[in-house]
Amino acid sequence: MTEHIDRVRTYALVFAVLIALTVLTTAVAFVDLGPFSVVVALAIAVGKMLLVALFFMHIRHSTRLTRLVVLGGLLWLIILILLSLTDFATRTWVGVPGR
Amino acid sequence: MASEAHAETPALREQFDTEEQQKDASTLGMWIFLITEIMFFGGMFLAYIVYRGANPLVFAVASSSLNVYIGAANTVVLLCSSFTMVLAVRGAQLGQRQTIVLFLILTLILGGVFLGVKAYEWNEKFQEHHVPGPAFHFEGLPPELQGRAQLFFSLYFAMTGLHALHMVIGVGILSLLIWQARKGTYSAAYMTPVDVSGLYWHFVDIIWIFLFPLLYLIDRHLGK
Repeated sequence: MTEHIDRVRTYALVFAVLIALTVLTTAVAFVDLGPFSVVVALAIAVGKMLLVALFFMHIRHSTRLTRLVVLGGLLWLIILILLSLTDFATRTWVGVPGR
Repeated sequence: MASEAHAETPALREQFDTEEQQKDASTLGMWIFLITEIMFFGGMFLAYIVYRGANPLVFAVASSSLNVYIGAANTVVLLCSSFTMVLAVRGAQLGQRQTIVLFLILTLILGGVFLGVKAYEWNEKFQEHHVPGPAFHFEGLPPELQGRAQLFFSLYFAMTGLHALHMVIGVGILSLLIWQARKGTYSAAYMTPVDVSGLYWHFVDIIWIFLFPLLYLIDRHLGK
């Protein structure tokens, strides 16, 4: 990896956006969006995660191998959550004898 | 090999061909560790999702008893600490010893502030009897739902506690880095420990970025 040294301005801008998103997510929590409040809160959190990972954790300058490993990690997390939910979310769908 | 390399920090270990390769290996190794951490926290997030799905209303009511302004302020504190951490890493990339030390100390202070606020919040929970256990009582909920409210607070304490433990470890790492940076261990040629510690610190920040909305914010409008 050839050393990339980002400008302080870049970091300051990312930081400002992160703070703005924190204020936004807090404010929007008081608005009744029904089931979408979860969606909005998580979308903002994912956006903040991407900013931190790409800029502060230098993923945008990382090697392909590192990026692949990070994506692989997120994939395993998705498997953990989705596959487990296929059980928990569907338990009440079908009547199981003896339950 | 860089000429200014300190005697006790060989800039290039013999198993690596180039400094670039050595740096990439360290970064990759740290990320693999962080992925095990993602899976570690992932189990708790999964438990949260499952139990919240089973008790949406009680979770909304219990979640609304948390002080959202303190939580938001603490999020800002942690984001500030990530900002100072990245500036410390930048200082290390440029080989500026004073900058590294200054921003690491600022990061340490902000991390301490976060933990202090967390301790204040936890103390509040003890006084309100919102800590799971025999003394638990959540006002306004019928007895048969108390257990479900305890479930929320069990998850709250487990998740914020595990996060706080990571912060405490981070504070220890920062102290060590500050001590070494003051000695002049780090230069533009050798700053891997500062770099990978930065990755750890930002990772802990990301965990909080998810904990904050999940514990404090979601369904706040329902809980009232």
